[in-house]
Amino acid sequence: MHQSTPASAASDKRFKILEAHIKKFQYRHDSLIEMLHKAQELFGYLEDDVLRYVAWQLKLPESRVYGVATFYHFFTLKPQGAHTCVVCTGTACYVKGANKILAAVEEHAHVKAGGTTADNQLSLLTARCIGACGIAPAVVYDNTVTPRQTPESALEQIRKWVTP
Amino acid sequence: MTLLELQQIKESELAARKKIVLRCCMAAGCMSLDAKGVKKRLEKAVEEAGLQDEVEVVGVGCMKLCCVGPLVQADPDSPLYTNVTAENAPAIIAALKGGKAKLEQADPQSPFFTQQKSIVLANSGRIDPERIESYIAVDGYAALLHALTEHTPKDVIEVIVNSGLRGRGGAGFPTGLKWGTVAKSPGAKKYIVCNADEGDPGAFMDRSVLESDPHCILEGMAIAAYAVGADQGFIYARAEYPLAISRLQNAIKQAKRLGILGSGIFDSPFNFNIDLRIGAGAFVCGEETALMASVEGKRGTPHPRPPFPAEKGLWDCPTLINNVETLANIAPIVRHGAAWFSNIGTEKSKGTKVFALAGKIQNTGLIEVPMGTPLRTIVETMGGGAPDGRTIKAVQTGGPSGGCIPAQYLDTPVDYESLTTLGSIMGSGGMIVMDDSTHMVDVARFFMEFCMDESCGKCIPCRAGTVQMHHLLEKILARKATPRDLAKLEELCDMVKNTSLCGLGQTAPNPVVSTLRFFRNEYEELLLPETNGPPPATHNGSSKTPAATTAI
Repeated sequence: MHQSTPASAASDKRFKILEAHIKKFQYRHDSLIEMLHKAQELFGYLEDDVLRYVAWQLKLPESRVYGVATFYHFFTLKPQGAHTCVVCTGTACYVKGANKILAAVEEHAHVKAGGTTADNQLSLLTARCIGACGIAPAVVYDNTVTPRQTPESALEQIRKWVTP
Repeated sequence: MTLLELQQIKESELAARKKIVLRCCMAAGCMSLDAKGVKKRLEKAVEEAGLQDEVEVVGVGCMKLCCVGPLVQADPDSPLYTNVTAENAPAIIAALKGGKAKLEQADPQSPFFTQQKSIVLANSGRIDPERIESYIAVDGYAALLHALTEHTPKDVIEVIVNSGLRGRGGAGFPTGLKWGTVAKSPGAKKYIVCNADEGDPGAFMDRSVLESDPHCILEGMAIAAYAVGADQGFIYARAEYPLAISRLQNAIKQAKRLGILGSGIFDSPFNFNIDLRIGAGAFVCGEETALMASVEGKRGTPHPRPPFPAEKGLWDCPTLINNVETLANIAPIVRHGAAWFSNIGTEKSKGTKVFALAGKIQNTGLIEVPMGTPLRTIVETMGGGAPDGRTIKAVQTGGPSGGCIPAQYLDTPVDYESLTTLGSIMGSGGMIVMDDSTHMVDVARFFMEFCMDESCGKCIPCRAGTVQMHHLLEKILARKATPRDLAKLEELCDMVKNTSLCGLGQTAPNPVVSTLRFFRNEYEELLLPETNGPPPATHNGSSKTPAATTAI
């Protein structure tokens, strides 16, 4: 038998979209990662209610859903800032000075990699490798891959978003 | 879909082709430099010049010389324009009518292009990856049709065995042998998985293949499925490659629409479907048992082998797992025959290998060369050496599982065995060039940090060992370590290598071991003198290692 729907799910339209997606994949257990992708796309991050909802819909233990959500780097359980800056730290970017870019942004925005600024304007993230090695070092500002960055060019972009 | 219909598509595609085809690179690298805007402006410029009947602008896959993108080239033979901006469009169109454009150009006759041998990348930069007709026009899906109508599954496996193809994911396991094992495994339900979780930092060959020629992967998978008796395939792609994912989705949809995927393919009893699975950022999922756990929607942790996936894979059914580049070789082998393929390359390593050339090198980009090509040809002749007058110090292959090959070994031929002898591996094909400004201990620390972050935590040697090794490398770099610490590091390398559960842990020490082997002096320079008792004996004398900065 179904448990009762988690409280917040009733009113929020995004849960309806998520439900349709879950239905499309026929409530299959192996679609869990796909559903978490969709949920993160809809909600921005995976809050507890969303994880509970996915578990309830797929009839999976909450522990399993939480376990998968925390295993993969791509999923975040905390809200993200208004803007994101992803510094690629793959080998090609690394030998071309990605560390200096990261350090410069960290210092300017007073935030460590993986964190969000106090005013929620910027989330600073790193990527293992975005496969843009031909244009290294690359930084992704709000989903736009930007080639051949330097600490200066990165700060120029960051200054538009964060005032130190 | 029948042979006739396939030919009709090809003919109408070729008939519709205009006299001049202007190809614009639409791979991820060039896209990030506004290739889309360039293409739009070129289309407008064609109209402005009134050349719509003669010229067509086509978005194609990777044109290989990524460092000077966006790239534009006209067929037949015209200059390759580099660093193209939207403003250059009218000049490029004007040049088509005879004039000479004063624009940045690269020489298509330079060694970077002429030394390449294209099998996997044959269509890359030539066809429109978003249209199945464009693939069919270059004889796409003809190999699948041929296999289904002329060959038994056993014949197909024999062709692959005779071709000598080995897995391009890193380990180099003979592909035909793997197919044969899956085919022989009992079970009514079998699966085939394309490993497109290209996790090695500094590698982008698979991304380029998926973005440039997605249909060749579908065709390779369908042939493999026919050979081993599978009816369901999965492509496990990285979430970090959104463009590759969307092109694959599009390709699967188109193939289904034409009946090339689905039930009764080419009027045969063969059924085959492909689903796309998107990873979520875990390096360990490139390991096949972890990948399967992830496809099943679980945490991507590996499990011990045996049982191998060929016997007990996805949902305990026999499963064939092949890398993107391996599958991209299948259709050409079936089309041209095993003998054609085995004539390329060396005795034990057949065919070509695609490398992603990056780091401190003039020409970064994608190259495909016959197996056995010397490293020097790749990095110096084709890659143009290190920029800014610096010298090449080492070449890193195999990502975090590989090693650094010092400059004095640049004449080594690139094949599976030679690279293993040097303590590195072929790996998936990332090739990062390091110049004399790179400190090798720092490189080792970089890779160890990567492995530490990416360890899934299932087995203790990898989970705890990588943390301790990283700590020791930090200590060495901070000039706080003694020879005793270095000995401890070597001991740990040995332990983690021999006792870890999966490939991630077993190869995690490789970057340390290989830099210690060739650049031991760089470690020793950072050590404090031993304070308590005599220093422990080390395995190699530092006198053997030449001063790295004077290499070449």
